[in-house]
Amino acid sequence: MTQVFAYIPFKNGSAEDVALEYPEAVKKIDPAASLTAVVTGSGADLDAVAQDLTNTYKEVIKISHADLAYPNAELVRKALQDVLPKDAIVLVPHDTFGMDLAPGLSVKMDAAYAADIVDFEGIDGTSLKLIRQELGGAVYTHVTADISSGAVITIRPGSFAPTEAGSAGGKVTDKSGEVKELPAKRKFLEIVEAEVGDVDITKSDVLVSIGRGIEEQENIEIAQELAEAMGAVVSCSRPIVDAKWLEKSRQVGTSGQTVKPKVYMAMGISGSFQHLGGVKGNPFIVAVNKNPKAPIFQVADVGIVEDILEFMPELTEAIKSQ
Amino acid sequence: MEILVCVKRVPDTAENEFELNSAGNDLDRDDLVYSVNEWDNYAVEEAIQIVDNAGGSVTVITVGDDESEEVLRREMAMGANNGVLLSDDAFDGSDGKGIAAILKAQIEKGKYDLILTGAQADEGAGQVGGMLAAMLDYPYASLVNKIEIVDDTTIKVGREIEGGNQEMNEIQLPCVLSIQTGINEPRYVGIRGIRKVASVDIPVNGAGDLGIDAATVGAAGAKTKRVDYFVPDLGDGAEMLEGSTDEIIEKLIERLKAKGGL
Ligand SMILES: Cc1cc2nc3c(=O)[nH]c(=O)nc-3n(C[C@H](O)[C@H](O)[C@H](O)COP(=O)(O)OP(=O)(O)OC[C@H]3O[C@@H](n4cnc5c(N)ncnc54)[C@H](O)[C@@H]3O)c2cc1C
Repeated sequence: MTQVFAYIPFKNGSAEDVALEYPEAVKKIDPAASLTAVVTGSGADLDAVAQDLTNTYKEVIKISHADLAYPNAELVRKALQDVLPKDAIVLVPHDTFGMDLAPGLSVKMDAAYAADIVDFEGIDGTSLKLIRQELGGAVYTHVTADISSGAVITIRPGSFAPTEAGSAGGKVTDKSGEVKELPAKRKFLEIVEAEVGDVDITKSDVLVSIGRGIEEQENIEIAQELAEAMGAVVSCSRPIVDAKWLEKSRQVGTSGQTVKPKVYMAMGISGSFQHLGGVKGNPFIVAVNKNPKAPIFQVADVGIVEDILEFMPELTEAIKSQ
Repeated sequence: MEILVCVKRVPDTAENEFELNSAGNDLDRDDLVYSVNEWDNYAVEEAIQIVDNAGGSVTVITVGDDESEEVLRREMAMGANNGVLLSDDAFDGSDGKGIAAILKAQIEKGKYDLILTGAQADEGAGQVGGMLAAMLDYPYASLVNKIEIVDDTTIKVGREIEGGNQEMNEIQLPCVLSIQTGINEPRYVGIRGIRKVASVDIPVNGAGDLGIDAATVGAAGAKTKRVDYFVPDLGDGAEMLEGSTDEIIEKLIERLKAKGGL
């Protein structure tokens, strides 16, 4: 029988959303598979989360260790390696923690590795078929993973419909005793919070958001003029911040701000999942992009194939003359 | 500080409109524009800056075909001192572990304090750095956006985590780090810079040179295999506004008004 172990990250005593997304993912891997939640940490927080998870999972494994109080991926990897069976399928979220943990875990477990999976198409013999994207979401691919000696799979958060936390009436098994020595070559020091900027993009109902399509720093003015005419605020994708053209507090996405505007104008933004991960609350999305195949058009409400450097000034003029 | 940076030649997402081939199972690769993976330029820049301050040298390596030599030359034009191309028909079809195993074999021919990769490349997996570290039994940190040299054996690294917060870690050398964009501002490479390194010798190592059993890498050794490329039918997608620019703007303003955008 297929044995699936889902690693559950948590913060401040509550499991992350992905905890409710794993069950649907596992149904698509193999409806007959067994599913066990795995949590690592220490203290009351860990106990509370483990107990909470018994509402969704029949089996919950708890690994408690003082050194795991902060989820340092190097230590978590070793703990999982000590506790999980070698031929297991291990699910991890494809986020900054999962990216830190999972590739190395697959090597240590000598298991197949598949990253950032958005869907599963089931198991045939020892071959699991999965779906992922490449090239920033421009294309999809089918991938097969030989799971005969297990697999480590990161799944894209938000890709699987959340189940309702029910009353699975599961039980918690404490496997802390199986953990051998944890490595000490990487030590967590502290979290440095992101700087607060002078504009709070999360407060604006309308965002004119620019991406790499803005091409040059001087062109940002064009977006500012449009934003002014609309009574909106300028936000951006990551490359604009990497280039230091706008401050980090204006970046929308998983490694930036989460915004919930009424209207989101995506100007020259391709639509990567890390960018869209910061656009919440189901806004009306307008995408202007010169590439008719840009992935952003799959999620936008209205799409326009134009050069933003020509289109934005014309739109600004038209709005002003209303 | 001896630093090695793993780089990759990838289709440039900013320059291409990706189409499937006529069989529908691969990209139409005829007119694709390739460049160095975006993340790798940040890794090479970081390596050069560290060596400028602390001394040492920067070596760039890549697994690829003959054409991948151009990305090594580009990174050498930035300031990397040495380049090595790892190329062999036996490497074709390698999965992440195959690539990591090939890189490991080359890395073990030298002695490096610091090994850098980009945080991810064209496949968006972000896997090779972490695998390489595990295979070498070196500590690893991903998505690094700050490196501070403490002494010969220890560095401090910042990892970019959700919300743009930074997780600070102390990590022992030798180690492997995957580098996130924004850690620095990669220098510009002009035609003149490329010309300067045009005739520098770039050694090529195959499976034999690296002592790699061909059956463990390439398609033969891959547990994870890409079957095909496809573009899914995701329903209607956006309502595409068409017509002259004036007409489009008129329709857009109408919709923006209805949705509270104006
Ligand atoms: C761990 C991690 C976290 C990340 N976090 C974030 C995040 O928080 N936010 C974020 O945005 N990204 C994030 N990224 C980066 C993300 O993967 C993408 O690289 C990024 O979102 C791409 O930005 P873009 O759409 O502006 O650029 P591109 O993908 O280069 O797209 C530019 C678009 O502009 C179009 N274009 C070009 N010129 C014009 C023109 N003149 N007129 C009209 N259209 C034009 C092109 O057709 C293209 O579609 C993260 C990546 C990683 C690995």
